[in-house]
Amino acid sequence: MATSTNAITLPDDIRLRGDVVLPDPVVGRELLVRGPHDFHAVTELVCKVNEAPLKATPKPFLFGLALAASGLAMFGGYIGYLLWEGPGIWGNNNPVGWAWDIVNFVFWVGIGHAGTLISAILYLFRQKWRTSINRYAEAMTIFAVIAASSCVALHTGRVWMDYYLFPIPNQMGLWPNFRSPLEWDVFAVNTYFLVSLLFWFTGLVPDFATLRDRATVRWRQVFYGALSLGWRGSMRHWVTYEKAYQILAAFSAPLVLSVHTIVSFDFAVSQLPGWHTTIFPPYFVAGAVFSGFAMVQTLMLPARHWLGLKDLVTAKHIENTNKIILVTGSLVGYAYAMEFFVAAYSGNDYEGFTFLNRMGGPYWWAYWIMVSCNVITPQLFWFRKVRTSPTWSFILAFFVNIGMWFERFVITVTSLHRDALVSSWDYFVPVTEVFYLVGTFGLFFTLFLLFIRFFPVIAMAEVKMVMPQANPHWEGYGHAGEQHAPAVAASGGHS
Amino acid sequence: MSAPRLWGVLAQYENPYTITRACEQVRDAGYSEWDACVPFPVHGLDRAMGLKPSKLPWIVLAVGIAGSSFALFFEAWAMGTAYPMVVGGKPLFSLPAFVPVWYEMTVLSSCVTAFLANWILNGLPRPHHPAFASKAFERVTDDKFFIMVEASDPKFDLEKTKALLTFAGATLVEELEP
Repeated sequence: MATSTNAITLPDDIRLRGDVVLPDPVVGRELLVRGPHDFHAVTELVCKVNEAPLKATPKPFLFGLALAASGLAMFGGYIGYLLWEGPGIWGNNNPVGWAWDIVNFVFWVGIGHAGTLISAILYLFRQKWRTSINRYAEAMTIFAVIAASSCVALHTGRVWMDYYLFPIPNQMGLWPNFRSPLEWDVFAVNTYFLVSLLFWFTGLVPDFATLRDRATVRWRQVFYGALSLGWRGSMRHWVTYEKAYQILAAFSAPLVLSVHTIVSFDFAVSQLPGWHTTIFPPYFVAGAVFSGFAMVQTLMLPARHWLGLKDLVTAKHIENTNKIILVTGSLVGYAYAMEFFVAAYSGNDYEGFTFLNRMGGPYWWAYWIMVSCNVITPQLFWFRKVRTSPTWSFILAFFVNIGMWFERFVITVTSLHRDALVSSWDYFVPVTEVFYLVGTFGLFFTLFLLFIRFFPVIAMAEVKMVMPQANPHWEGYGHAGEQHAPAVAASGGHS
Repeated sequence: MSAPRLWGVLAQYENPYTITRACEQVRDAGYSEWDACVPFPVHGLDRAMGLKPSKLPWIVLAVGIAGSSFALFFEAWAMGTAYPMVVGGKPLFSLPAFVPVWYEMTVLSSCVTAFLANWILNGLPRPHHPAFASKAFERVTDDKFFIMVEASDPKFDLEKTKALLTFAGATLVEELEP
């Protein structure tokens, strides 16, 4: 039996392997896992991140976690202050009733969209490269939606009345107004959060089982044992599991498009010039995917560098991600232009004024930050050198993150600050809001760093599945099998 | 019960190719109480094992349709009957405005069903399994492939089953206690 496996089984110790180059399944296509890695090597690469003893946690990691956790602690204090004083601690005025609270909300929900796009839409389109990045993109989605919910739940003023948003039977016989876009938003964001969480957890279970089986310390055995639900990799289970995964993906794909569509309805269903446009749903979805992929790059590039995952997250992944940033960035640029065209073509004075005011009014600086970061920056990805370079990708993705925050600021604040009555015109200046934004980043990064430390950051089972060796017909097994399975061709139809 | 009781036999295989061939042989030998455990779903292994497609999609379809109908009914009832109120000049049954919540509830009920049905149909969570006693089985979630045949199978015969599994290319064969 040993002879049948020697052809493909590499030594367990990664240093003893030498330069074994595995054949390429499709000629000319780069392998998704770089280097001479077999299944066990993938397990080792990913698990080593989680399996370092707690005391051996790298110092820079602890520093990052401390920084993020202090941001989170500050956020806790800020929420207390907000609850005590009310939204008067913000610079919101009349007519600018929505400002950073909604800007932060839309910003964070948008970021979440890339995770679902990677995990669901790329899955349905059989984009195998997604397997190396889907796990932390999904984690990013969940934490971003938590950050978004913390913004939108806290902006209501009397936060303790938030349960009115849900259809809970009450003594007044009142129900929420299901015709209101704000109520649609409640359902969209909550559904999105729950479905993303279920999808993420379903994908995690087989990998939790890997960590459980490798655990040597009691708390790990119990922790991963509980999370893995007793998963034993039974093929009978995999059949149902894969169906469930497909169904979750099939529902998540339209869900992710619907969520930002509904977020855009918060604006588009109103009659305010600058908001009341039919282009908003696709424009918001493109922007969400754009900002989300930029955040994926922001998180992925340092992670692959410091966690030693460069063989699993290769230049190909960076390039593909950048291509999506380029496409969606161009879509967003097109939407900006189209908004102006529609405003001009409508012949409506108020529409025309709103857009000219965006460009040259008191908030001209926000508009031009938005345009330069979102429209000009991604165009550099036309150059192959730029889009395969981790450094360039990180810098440009950072600008996109900034630009997309400003996009939401431009949409929300500049449309509001010039009301129909000139006497109502006002200028919005933030007061304490910057702590609000920093606080959500603290929340997000605390959760994300804890995730990196304790959860498998790469979907091991899925990566193994897309390696050439995973295919039973892989040529490495071809002649090896013949010696002990002569009857196969007659029985199974697998030759 | 006398001596050590026997739950079944566990055999280890090294790669997707040998496990697929071995599963075909176990299937063709007519076993029914057996299973293959693999680190990732091996393409075509369900056919090599002679497994039927999962019932899960039908359950999701049924609950999804029920959840979807309930959501629309509830919206119409809450807005039109329980507390009728005209908002924005829309009729009491204003279908277009009901669509987003209706849609989200369809997705929610289907996805929660898919999630729960997956674990329930698979009999998970299940904290213990006889195979967990095997040291070799720890690599089932890593890079090894296993077949286990239960002693309760009508065709089970310790020596014959072991011989079948070994001949099919097993690198290790173990007996499991319950």
